[in-house]
Amino acid sequence: MKFSVTVTLKENVLDPQGKVVQNTLQSLGMDNLKSIRQGKYFEIELNDNDPQKAEKKVDDMCKKLLANLIIEDYKVNKI
Amino acid sequence: MNSSVIVFPGSNCDRDIAVALEKMQFKNQMVWHKETKLPKSDLIVIPGGFSYGDYLRSGAIAGKSLIINEVIKSANDGCLVLGICNGFQILTETGLLKGVLLRNKKLKFINEDVNIKVINNDTKFSNKYKKNQVLKINIAHNEGNYFTNSDHLKELNNENLIAFKYCNESGDINQSSNPNGSLENIAGIFNSKKNILGMMPHPERMVDNLISNTDGVNLFSSLLN
Repeated sequence: MKFSVTVTLKENVLDPQGKVVQNTLQSLGMDNLKSIRQGKYFEIELNDNDPQKAEKKVDDMCKKLLANLIIEDYKVNKI
Repeated sequence: MNSSVIVFPGSNCDRDIAVALEKMQFKNQMVWHKETKLPKSDLIVIPGGFSYGDYLRSGAIAGKSLIINEVIKSANDGCLVLGICNGFQILTETGLLKGVLLRNKKLKFINEDVNIKVINNDTKFSNKYKKNQVLKINIAHNEGNYFTNSDHLKELNNENLIAFKYCNESGDINQSSNPNGSLENIAGIFNSKKNILGMMPHPERMVDNLISNTDGVNLFSSLLN
């Protein structure tokens, strides 16, 4: 069973990397660009056949290590 | 006084802190991160560097290492713990200190001698300094931009848990004397019991006039006091 996890900085936390990418894209003429937030992406494969149990495990991984909940949010999706 | 320096793959200030501790007459031992027992220690130091290559987030992997469970246990029993630079980042990742160190506001690695002000000199780590004394200490980091929630910031101020703040030579604390964007110019904080200090500046680099200055010496002599 495979999951994807996306970790991004919370909205009220300054994301200087995202800002620089945004500014650069704007300077390349992408003028309808509203905002960019940069994040991290993980693909996680589990030896588990129970989707609920597996998702709970991935959620636990996010809380314990993958995201720092003071500054980051995460999203889990089954793929 | 017995001290232990925890060494991770990628630690690079571990020898410097050991030299400083031994110079100040600490009985020091180096402890590899895979150990599961700490030697008898009055002080545990988590040194600077790039533990695990800063993978995932600075300090995140080291913060879950085997020896850290022992560090947390000792810290909760009142043992003194000092985290410098990456050590500060690791302490926030373990939860022993609250808050987090974000990337420097201007996205650049900063290596320079900066001025910091002693905010609380009534602790085991700072009693040999004068209150509001201005020190010149080296910083060398990419993620030193201290951030925390507003409740914790209030607690830091109300309980006098801010150890050092970035300032200019005359001691003014303002935006232009803030090298990395830290909240309220914070350079170092204590936990609520004041037995844990995390700081971005490197006091171990300031213990000898031959290579820098001696502004870091009193941190170690405070501990011995």
